[in-house]
Amino acid sequence: MAKTLIDKIWDAHVVRSLPGGQDVFYIDRHLIHEVTSPQAFDELAKRNLGLYRRKQIVATADHNVPTRNQHLPIEEPLSRSQVDKLTENCAKYGVELYGLGHEHQGIVHVIGPELGLTQPGMSIVCGDSHTSTHGAFGAIAFGIGTSQVAQVMASQCLLLSRPKRMRINVSGSLRKGVSAKDMILYIISQLGTGGATGYFVEYAGQAVQELSMEGRMTVCNMSIEMGARGGLVAPDHTTIAYLKGRKFAPQGEQWEKAVAYWSTLYSDKDATFDVEYTFQAEDISPMITYGTNPAMGMSVGEAIPLSTAEVDEQGMLKSLGYMGFAPGESLLGREITHVFIGSCTNSRIEDLRVVAEYVKGKRKASHVEAIIVPGSKLVEQQAKAEGLDAILAEAGFELREPGCSACLAMNEDKIPAGAYCVSTSNRNFEGRQGPGARTLLASPLVAAITAVEGKIVNIMDYVN
Amino acid sequence: MDKFNVLESRAVPLPVENIDTDQIIPARFLKATTREGFGENLFRDWRYNSNGSPKADFPLNNSRYGGQVLVAGKNFGCGSSREHAAWALYDAGFRAVISSYFADIFKGNALNNGLLPLQVSDKVLQQLLAQVQQDPETKLIVNLERQELQVPALELTVPFEIDAYKKECLLNGYDDIDFLVSQKEAIEEYEARRPWVY
Ligand code: SF4
Repeated sequence: MAKTLIDKIWDAHVVRSLPGGQDVFYIDRHLIHEVTSPQAFDELAKRNLGLYRRKQIVATADHNVPTRNQHLPIEEPLSRSQVDKLTENCAKYGVELYGLGHEHQGIVHVIGPELGLTQPGMSIVCGDSHTSTHGAFGAIAFGIGTSQVAQVMASQCLLLSRPKRMRINVSGSLRKGVSAKDMILYIISQLGTGGATGYFVEYAGQAVQELSMEGRMTVCNMSIEMGARGGLVAPDHTTIAYLKGRKFAPQGEQWEKAVAYWSTLYSDKDATFDVEYTFQAEDISPMITYGTNPAMGMSVGEAIPLSTAEVDEQGMLKSLGYMGFAPGESLLGREITHVFIGSCTNSRIEDLRVVAEYVKGKRKASHVEAIIVPGSKLVEQQAKAEGLDAILAEAGFELREPGCSACLAMNEDKIPAGAYCVSTSNRNFEGRQGPGARTLLASPLVAAITAVEGKIVNIMDYVN
Repeated sequence: MDKFNVLESRAVPLPVENIDTDQIIPARFLKATTREGFGENLFRDWRYNSNGSPKADFPLNNSRYGGQVLVAGKNFGCGSSREHAAWALYDAGFRAVISSYFADIFKGNALNNGLLPLQVSDKVLQQLLAQVQQDPETKLIVNLERQELQVPALELTVPFEIDAYKKECLLNGYDDIDFLVSQKEAIEEYEARRPWVY
């Protein structure tokens, strides 16, 4: 029978199906970090359980870490104790930890792929909703809660019911200056924040195939913003070329075997999806969000709507009240004081290259504070090796050390109350970047142009 | 996990749609390494001004309302996977959340903590919100065994869906971990027959 990619990978991980319809589902790779793991380790201790397969777990410290002076002890006591707790637990249970100062430290969804820990056909979980990022490699990857973190620690399995399947096709090619981030912000603006709840989404079509692995990760990353459990892209030559030679990718004979298996991972021609959508790549422009959920996005030059299919007039007024915008308003010319380039959505080397290429020889506007937080130590090193650090510094951008940073403002990188921040992260919820902070989500290119101009401008005038 | 069977309670209305887990418990309060104490910061930025004084117009601060049931707008719990959101609601005394739509991860987290996510139609949700706002003494009866929500004041009885396995867990206070650990043999057998071992 014709199968979708989602079903192929799902079936390969079913240990057994229970009469009630749930599956005991096997997890290949479990990533953990300091915020959602301590209570899971406690749960194990309380029940006198050990780790079932400790080698399948990898830990990093990312959410809570400072992005300056990482060689010094963490100043904030609560953050420090959380990171210390992770170190303690990893030592006690024998888990590989890429903690602060380690050459592989970074945002959990950046390091998995770049180290080759993320591979096609795998099942991957992490106590973090953006685990969907890893789906870019053709993996079933999804975020879980802390109780489930404990379950995977104790059994390497979860009890799950099979998700519904959605396919989103993007035909044609993206225009110049339009990126993967614009593609996903556009899709979310069309489908709404609950538009894919209960589904795994396969992204397909020419424009998706033409994306680099970094771009595919950006798209899959934000699947959760429309409610999807996860998003994935069938592995192809781009995937294989990216993985070859990565530290934990299979080597030698194993590599050949792996590639042969990976090339069976695609949706069969006649496979049926529960829902299917098709969008045209040329309809997509550089995007920006104006509201307080990621579906409240529009192309940069457009006017803010009075309401949308999802948000009624009252909801729109509440959200715009927080943002300090009015329905019908265009954001063009709006002064911006903060630009944040980072997060698991856009902190990879390709993102930093886009920014550096644009700002080379230019200078950020004097009233703008622009920080760039690389996704990992490896990205930071690579940026330095390519001389991007000097270009960024000359343009007045501050290149920090890796972590989640102002994406969720658990560390000291907070946007002040009331300030506008154009951010390459994934959530513009109230207070996400700090109490009262106002977030406008956009691509790295839009963020770079905004930093230089000091206000929102018509991006297409700047790309050619 | 505490057992859940029949809950009789008043309710707190929160007629806002798409409430994300960053609102339920903002990230800056996720630094604890235990499960307790999150209730204090439940809806922190909606509940308190920046100087710490309570916002009078927020339903949780309104002395008219009380009880163990939160009635909230659709797509409740979207965004971050933080289980702290479920812990915060539970810690603040809630045992059920009623909405017309729940985000997946939140729903799973709630069920794993003895907090019942009870889904009703949009129409019933609007009726409930209006009734509770008009009469804060309105009593709701949630019967998990029978999968029924009753609102005597509205002469309303609505059935609700719940996964059969999850229902058993809630009724008995069981969680998945014991079951999964008991599957060791099947899991080892599976590991031995993997098509491709990573
Ligand atoms: S960068 Fe932001 S979205 Fe990504 S894992 Fe960190 S906090 Fe979560």
